[in-house]
Amino acid sequence: MDFSWVSNYWPLIVAGATQTVLLLVISVGFGFVLAIGLALAQVSGPHWLRWVAKSYCTCLRGTPLLIQLWLLYYGIGSLLPMIPGLRSSFLWPIVREGFFFAAVSFTLNYAAYEAEVLRGALLAVPKGELEAGQAFGMGRWTLLRRIWLPRAIRIALPTITGEVVLQLKATPLAFTVTVMDLYAVAYKIRQDTLLVYEPLVVVTLFYVCLTILITRAFRVVEMQVPIRR
Amino acid sequence: MKTDISCALRVDDVYKSYGTHEVLKGISLAARKGDVISLIGSSGSGKSTFLRCINFLEIPDRGRFVINGEEVLMKTGSDGRAHPANRRQVERLRTGLGMVFQSFNLWAHMTVLENVIEAPVHVLGMGRKEAVEKAEALLQKVGLYEKRNVYPAFMSGGQQQRASIARALCVDPSVMLFDEPTSALDPELVGEVLKVIRGLAEEGRTMLLVTHEMKFARDVSSHVMFLHQGRVEEEGRPEQIFGAPASARCREFTSSSRH
Repeated sequence: MDFSWVSNYWPLIVAGATQTVLLLVISVGFGFVLAIGLALAQVSGPHWLRWVAKSYCTCLRGTPLLIQLWLLYYGIGSLLPMIPGLRSSFLWPIVREGFFFAAVSFTLNYAAYEAEVLRGALLAVPKGELEAGQAFGMGRWTLLRRIWLPRAIRIALPTITGEVVLQLKATPLAFTVTVMDLYAVAYKIRQDTLLVYEPLVVVTLFYVCLTILITRAFRVVEMQVPIRR
Repeated sequence: MKTDISCALRVDDVYKSYGTHEVLKGISLAARKGDVISLIGSSGSGKSTFLRCINFLEIPDRGRFVINGEEVLMKTGSDGRAHPANRRQVERLRTGLGMVFQSFNLWAHMTVLENVIEAPVHVLGMGRKEAVEKAEALLQKVGLYEKRNVYPAFMSGGQQQRASIARALCVDPSVMLFDEPTSALDPELVGEVLKVIRGLAEEGRTMLLVTHEMKFARDVSSHVMFLHQGRVEEEGRPEQIFGAPASARCREFTSSSRH
């Protein structure tokens, strides 16, 4: 095994890891907010909104992420330049990059999965605790913000941890739309040095470390409210 | 509208049905300040449903509600059933009714202290510091000051119920509503909760109490209502209801549950 290339490529590896982490943070962050809306729409929205949210989740969970990414990148991506003024706007440097399409499609996909998790968690919050909130005069928004949502998120937390790790492992797909993420870096090193195995080992270590960090972080959050078994 | 200033709560002619099953068939109640009114009766007599109608956790089909001198505005829907016309009014009036549930219903993601200050801070808009001081005094009173930073799951049923009483007290309710506060407790824990409720009765708090503890109801109540199949079968002073009930059903019920 030959690892002599590591010192040369170290900056590139770090840059790749940054791209991977950015994709993860953006998709999980925005996806989670979107998921809250989708879950609430399914649990307590009017009939038509329920149907819309349900269909969204079914479609996005029912198709491969790779295809969603390509539909966005090759489909919407080729339509964007036709929007008048977009090419000259400040948004263009962002929306012409593969990274933008990867972030959007990962976000939309993550939201669909997370919405289903949250929907179950919202329904699992004991009715009595919600009634207690109402009995003390909480309005709908206060009840949601103070009781329903925090309670549901805590119920869902172990599952959410798993979903975030899965999301991390979906990020290499961004490589297919020109994003220089961790996997893309490994691929480039392979082409430069003709080493197949070693770059993959280094990149694998990075993914494992990231997973450990994620699970540790969520463990700390979970510990905020001790659970009695 | 005639409003009696000493009247903390007045409820007239409450009806409620689930489908074709009529649970409440015209129940009325008037509580003056300082009254302790016990609602007794067998399971299914409608006493809990009636109590839950008072703060609109159940929406009554019909009825007139005057809470602290303010009448709840009702409107009749297309199905012929009435419901509160103004959600915000109901939310505001609810803060004047401190509810204690059979199954405590403490918020599991908050410590005892956080539970107690929640409504004062996030509903009434009280400052956090002031709310904490008040909550600590109340927890002291129910004997849970040392447990203030514990999560509900780590406490006994009796402790949880006492915490939920402190939570209800912290909004300075004009009327306390107790929905079978000791029915979910192990027998050895009932005493500590009743002791707290008795203390509140002696302070002169206005309370409605749905209970199966007959001896307790007899001791603390100023007025007892015996409900049967959705109607008030008999009501009066406790010594009358428990000593010399006029109705045969009431006599049967109170004698069978004397011990």
